[in-house]
Amino acid sequence: MSEMREKGWRNDGPAKVTGRAKFTGDLKFAGMLHAVPVYADHVHAVLTGIDTAEAEKSPGVVRVLTHRDVPGTNRFGQIIRDFRIFADDRIRCHGDVVAVVVAETRAQALTAAPLVRVAAEALPALLDPEEAMQPDAPLIHESHGSNIINTHRVRRGDMNRGFAEADLVLEKTFTTPFVEHAYMEPEVSIALPRPDGTVEVYGSMQHPFSTRRFVAACLGLPLADVEIIGTPLGGGFGGKDDTAAIVCARTALAARLLNRPVKMVYSREWSIRESYKRHPYRVYYKMGLTRAGRITAVDCRIIADGGAYCSVTPWVTWRSTVQCCGPYVVENVHCDTFGVYTNNPVTGAMRGFGSPQMNFIIESLIEESAEQLGMSGIALRRMNMVRQGSVTITGQKLEGHTVAMEQVLDQVLKEIDYETKLARCSHGRGNEEELYGIGLAMSYRGVSLGAEGVDFCAAIVNVQADGSVLLEAGVHENGQGAETAMALILARELGIGLEKIRYRRSSTSVIPDSGTTVASRGTIMGGGAVVLAAREVKKKIAVSAAADLGCTPGEIVFASNQLSGPGGRSLPFAEVIRRMFQKQQFPYALGVYRAPQVTWDEETGQGNAYFTWVYGCQAVELTVNRKTGKVRLLNAVACHDVGKAINNTMLLGQIYGGIAMSTGYALHEDLQIAGGRIAHTNLQRYRIPRAGDLPEMTALIVENPDPVSPTGAKSIGEPANEIMAPAIANAIYNATGVRHYALPIRIAGSDAPGEAQKRGAR
Amino acid sequence: MKLMVNGVTHEIGEGLAEKRLLDWLREELDLTGAKAGCEIGACGACTVLVDGRPLKSCTRRLKDVAGSEVLTIEGLTPPDGLLHPLQQAFLDAGAVQCGFCTPGMILAAHALLLRNPAPTRAEIRQALHGNLCRCTGYQQIIDAVELAAPFYRK
Repeated sequence: MSEMREKGWRNDGPAKVTGRAKFTGDLKFAGMLHAVPVYADHVHAVLTGIDTAEAEKSPGVVRVLTHRDVPGTNRFGQIIRDFRIFADDRIRCHGDVVAVVVAETRAQALTAAPLVRVAAEALPALLDPEEAMQPDAPLIHESHGSNIINTHRVRRGDMNRGFAEADLVLEKTFTTPFVEHAYMEPEVSIALPRPDGTVEVYGSMQHPFSTRRFVAACLGLPLADVEIIGTPLGGGFGGKDDTAAIVCARTALAARLLNRPVKMVYSREWSIRESYKRHPYRVYYKMGLTRAGRITAVDCRIIADGGAYCSVTPWVTWRSTVQCCGPYVVENVHCDTFGVYTNNPVTGAMRGFGSPQMNFIIESLIEESAEQLGMSGIALRRMNMVRQGSVTITGQKLEGHTVAMEQVLDQVLKEIDYETKLARCSHGRGNEEELYGIGLAMSYRGVSLGAEGVDFCAAIVNVQADGSVLLEAGVHENGQGAETAMALILARELGIGLEKIRYRRSSTSVIPDSGTTVASRGTIMGGGAVVLAAREVKKKIAVSAAADLGCTPGEIVFASNQLSGPGGRSLPFAEVIRRMFQKQQFPYALGVYRAPQVTWDEETGQGNAYFTWVYGCQAVELTVNRKTGKVRLLNAVACHDVGKAINNTMLLGQIYGGIAMSTGYALHEDLQIAGGRIAHTNLQRYRIPRAGDLPEMTALIVENPDPVSPTGAKSIGEPANEIMAPAIANAIYNATGVRHYALPIRIAGSDAPGEAQKRGAR
Repeated sequence: MKLMVNGVTHEIGEGLAEKRLLDWLREELDLTGAKAGCEIGACGACTVLVDGRPLKSCTRRLKDVAGSEVLTIEGLTPPDGLLHPLQQAFLDAGAVQCGFCTPGMILAAHALLLRNPAPTRAEIRQALHGNLCRCTGYQQIIDAVELAAPFYRK
């Protein structure tokens, strides 16, 4: 590491700080056309006609595309094929696209777009999931036979016995809002037709392989005919999977039909209108506890508004179901979960993936029940939390990794001096204008996909004749530093300098389909594959070098850019590689990391849901202004067991960023939707945290390397983003003495009596 | 009318008077470091410095900035291929994730440090109030600005 300082090094760092990094929107190609989407101002309607004639006559317009132009399938999806590339039978939400106008310039396309005439007969819109799930409700997707997209359940123990044992039963209803990902880069795509008949696609999306499936299906092409090329991605947070893929599919269709490069750049308004959101939840939650504080039973009913299309609602709600009791052992559990179609904007994956909603509920109720039992929330947590060998609510015994729940809790308590500060909380009493509170929340989280899907990942290590190395893994650079982490892992495995390693520009035509870079699985799955590929290539190199080093292959150590044998003989890495090429040997390897098997019984909601788990705890100090209700965050502390830290700087960045996003969830973010139309159409009204809204943060890292992870590393992206909202809710309670059951929390200061609190029941 | 961008003077035809500064920089000069994040001046991804002051280039027409000196992220980058100390500090502090806000963020921080080379963390937060970042939680961006500040005091 001569010129490259390892701390803070990113393979894309210099490009990103100089403006040289070319995001998709920064690219242009000769002869490039420009495309824009056309929407219809309906929320639910039967589509009776699309007249493109006038738009096609508009200056510069080359073609207007509708569902009639799709040569492949117009209906696609990852779970249920209900997404329309173009609306074809009905408008099901306000973000549905009926046409795409393609013109020589963007301005010409924008001018022509309003000239597309859409004839539609309005239908009543179903906007409340609990109404939509009634048996007599009109169907949003007739082919599905029901507005209930999916159900999940947990059946464990005996509910009658559980509640009979309880001395205290709390029964509450919680609601959470629609949340916009608000990645800084709106969707964009460029597609290029290639002379051999294949299509090359650049796009702001976080799932190249899913995007390839959408594009290939739409064009009616085999997967091999579509190549998705990686470009810097301006943020994803789970939000650039299927709706971003559909933007790519429409662009590719235009490029293919017109045989010219086509670029489609989304405005922020279109992005917010069309992209999927975090699911709003309504949860009826009943918890029973003994006088001593043991949780005896949980009965919950979870209703998730899935919006107009399925997207990944069954997977999101599955995680909510598995983790419906938080990190607590409960013997008697009854949980029914429903994902429901409505005519609201589509909802899907967002960082946390069904856990932020549930953690807000559980960590609020834990504190509330502790207070009613006259004990501390910490004592209640200690009594019920998962420990080594505990059995979860789905019957999974937590073993084979370190169950660090109490370890991370203790670290946070100590760092923030929780007990001392808890005693100073205002609880709405006293005369000070600023009410003080401290609050805390914790969680455990199943790592990667669990029973959501097949979980494996590939990496290719290709050592060049001069000893430099090309690396590619089946994970996507979403901005989190995935490529850098993969390079760091490889450098450590091969014992060579980072400057010797180049991460290849990613392409779906090179690396095997390794699934999506979601579920905080990048480091554990991609890193696992890199380690296995490195071990494989080292084996080949060692076999080749053994004779020269006068030892057996197994004795060779890779370190400091050298291979060394036990007798003190060593050779430079590059020299060994040079000799391999002379012997007609390629130092090349494909590594495949397969996640350990998981099990799941959908009928009982029992099984080994995830192959390993992570543990996290976060605390916050804040003040609430008695008059204005304004919350000021003073200090935040987080502690996470990540298994093993690969890149400390980026790891801290994930924690800080996760806390920030969760702060928005707690206090600001509530995508207002009126009659199915999003009212917050841009970032001036949809308020995400700014620098001045956030406190100074401290992140503590616990490392209990996981035996099933080849690097020892687990996850951080989502764990960091799933507990600050309940920590803030608990701190606000400790400051004001008022508990909130809806996010975001609006506090009616004494200047505005009672007004804001009414909005809890939506 | 004339407009100086990164030290180079450009003659602007009257036909371009109504063009947005952001579009002109990106489309005509290929200076794509300034990004379109919201196009209403809410996110700061398009921030450039105009006569040393941070300005959201999506909100200004060329006629509004005629006769000014514009600095973009490309102009902050030294021609020798190395990084400006503030750019290096952004890397050292881990202030870069997706990088979409980074050019605007660096320019807003540069304007602050030129004006106040010893800002408090609260002052840094205030100065960056107009620049949204969804990845970092700002903590390491504040760290980066603090890290670079001594350079501006020289």
